[in-house]
Amino acid sequence: MSGIAQAFRRHPELMVAAVLVVTVVTIGLVNPLFWQPSNLFSLLRASVITGILGLAVLLVMLSGGIDVSFPAFAIAAMYLTVKAMIAWGFDSILPAFAMATGIGLLLGLVNAVFVHYLRMIPLIVTLGTGTAVRGFILGVVGTSQINIDQMPPKLIDFARTQLFSVTQADGSQAGLSAMVLVYAVIALLIHLLLRHTMLGRGIYALGGGEEAARRVGFNIRQTTFLIYGLAGAIAGFAGLLHGAMIWTANPRDMVGLELDVIAAVVLGGASIFGGRGSVIGTILGGLTLVVITNSLIILGIDTTWQRVVVGLIVIAATAATAWRDRKRIA
Amino acid sequence: MSAPLIELRHVGKSFAAVRALEDVSLSIGRGEIHCLAGENGSGKSTLIKVISGVWQPDQGELLIDGQRIEGMTPRAAIAHGVQVIYQDFSLFGNLSVAENLALSSELQEGRKLVSWRRVREIARRAIDRLGVDLPLDALVETLPTSGKQLVAIARALMSDPRLLIMDEPTTALTGREVAALFRVVRDIQSRGIAVLFVSHKMREMLEISERLTVIRSGRVVAAGPIAEFDEAAITRAMTGQEIAAEGYRWEPTPNAAPLLEVENLTIPGQLEDVSLHILPGEIVGVSGLLGSGRTELALALFGMQPGYTGRIRIAGREVRLDSVQRAIDHGIAYVPEDRLTEGLFLAQTIDRNMLATSLGRLSRAGIIQPGRAARDAAGMIREMAIATPTGDRPVTQLSGGNQQRVVIGRWLLNDPRLLILNGPTVGVDVGSKSGIHRKIRELARARGLGVLMISDDLPELVENCNRILVLHRGRLVSDTPVEATSETALGEQLAALA
Repeated sequence: MSGIAQAFRRHPELMVAAVLVVTVVTIGLVNPLFWQPSNLFSLLRASVITGILGLAVLLVMLSGGIDVSFPAFAIAAMYLTVKAMIAWGFDSILPAFAMATGIGLLLGLVNAVFVHYLRMIPLIVTLGTGTAVRGFILGVVGTSQINIDQMPPKLIDFARTQLFSVTQADGSQAGLSAMVLVYAVIALLIHLLLRHTMLGRGIYALGGGEEAARRVGFNIRQTTFLIYGLAGAIAGFAGLLHGAMIWTANPRDMVGLELDVIAAVVLGGASIFGGRGSVIGTILGGLTLVVITNSLIILGIDTTWQRVVVGLIVIAATAATAWRDRKRIA
Repeated sequence: MSAPLIELRHVGKSFAAVRALEDVSLSIGRGEIHCLAGENGSGKSTLIKVISGVWQPDQGELLIDGQRIEGMTPRAAIAHGVQVIYQDFSLFGNLSVAENLALSSELQEGRKLVSWRRVREIARRAIDRLGVDLPLDALVETLPTSGKQLVAIARALMSDPRLLIMDEPTTALTGREVAALFRVVRDIQSRGIAVLFVSHKMREMLEISERLTVIRSGRVVAAGPIAEFDEAAITRAMTGQEIAAEGYRWEPTPNAAPLLEVENLTIPGQLEDVSLHILPGEIVGVSGLLGSGRTELALALFGMQPGYTGRIRIAGREVRLDSVQRAIDHGIAYVPEDRLTEGLFLAQTIDRNMLATSLGRLSRAGIIQPGRAARDAAGMIREMAIATPTGDRPVTQLSGGNQQRVVIGRWLLNDPRLLILNGPTVGVDVGSKSGIHRKIRELARARGLGVLMISDDLPELVENCNRILVLHRGRLVSDTPVEATSETALGEQLAALA
């Protein structure tokens, strides 16, 4: 194997980093407005939700599973929490996020029960729970969108916090959303979990081979519940954050988002066969996806092509990882 | 004399109505290399699982250091120093060598956090202890099988075992790797660790073990010091029948045109200027170390190396084999080494597997004719003597030897002229093996089929071929009639190349 292939094999992040650099440079050459701080900051802000959800998917994918229920869980957690905040008249940030995270956690544990005890395929389980949860929200909780005039003000204020702002060439202000920091903290925590705890290594081991993981002494049940519970909790948290950032709680939101997020994670070097992938790769993958899809306007391409691009990215990224893993599959 | 390390007394174990073990007694002394022999399905794995605490015997007792152990569990077995290296090694291909080595001890110590420095230290110690060289940071999946095995052994030795059970450790190794493994096993023994070596390869048993226990149908049929056995005696015990080496005597038909002629076949970096020919009815063996190009030769003849240069003639006509379809059209059949992943559709029935390459021939206007298909499949099941009442059973229910017959039978349905067999009896037990061999010789003789047999198993080549080729680094280094060589001579030739 050549040196470059070897390097890519050991550090799949290099591949996506290279893709990101090439993408950014190309777009910047076509339209230098790309480099404006306001554009860069808005891209970073736009990658927050995709990125956080990507971390949830990463956990599941590392263990060899796949999760398509997280957009439904995110929306359920958001909508229920915002409804509760309005109904019970509380708008403090911490309890709100605790509630959304808790709802996500519970829903995630339901996935774990099916996957572990009934030995069902994660794709089917999450397809089922996701659809059921969406239906439940629309059928039982409500179908009406909660707009900015009803949204809890503190929630919106929180999401509008900026880390800093710079004055651009034309005199306008461009600020970097503090949500980027929230994303960074979550990413750091997941990174530490995966890289430096036995629980995290157990997730990789499970993705490497369930029987082997059991023989070496990992608690498979505990690991499975951790993976799906945590993925659900992250989704719930991201759901509320999403609502706060767009100032709306729409129970029909995030439909089809699972494909974008899975595309980002696969682009980040995670293997759909499990056992490979990293937080850094996922962050870079999310960023690349957001840069590509959001830059179509700058490039003068009709935005209806966005879905085509996402589809192509999923295929290209999966092909690249399949090529990398071809020995393993053979 | 002190009590043996482990002793089984009159152990019995049943699953539903099947008696897997019956009245099995076995004792393994300290630091002894003990061989457990038996064909597939003889109860070997059940016996390993009883010793390692996975299953509890229904009858009899298990003693360690002369103490009776009640209710053995996997955990208790490990605590008593029993370590098992399974055939699949139970390693994590996606993790580094270092982490694979350190994981279990880290888990055993109840650690919650991972210090990568400590992981490396633990791994370094484990490797030094085994006295081998392994790249700590490489992913395990990038190692060759022998490397993975060393990782598995190093990991097992970390817990200071007193008995190491190795389940079919040589199955996927080349001759040279087996020799290296035996050095490691003897070294392990020299530290007072007993090794239970589970195998069905006679030569290996005779070479490595001090004592031998043979089981058949769940019963001990022979046991004693290895000096009391020879190959014939072990085979007799394992199969309950006499299997004599017959050899293949091939008489050339006068003026028969060669079936296959290969001239100056070259694939850059893999094969270099290889020329050979095969006459009808010939069984030509191909030997060589790993990386010698023998598999590449087979793949090239099967149309999987379209970039080759050189000339290939089949029955006197020059052909270009640049796709599998083309090779099949010219009557070439290939039975791959790894039949489980490459040769069989595991989720399908025996019939469907059997007919997989005949569908075109069996269809009219794209529709399969069920009557003909069923007749063909049933006929071939009979001809290949596959042990199944009907062809609609899942192919996974067959033993390894019978699965191999399905793959060979499938190709015979196409009436091939040249049959390429890569490791035809890897993982097949002795009784079944000689059955397959007999069948291959019969086919060559009766149908005038040319056979190219690639194998690591030298006795297999000597027994079945009339000519043996040796490849080394992509070149053909010798082409010898079988009467002019022997297993020992071949072994020496290969060792000299290594």
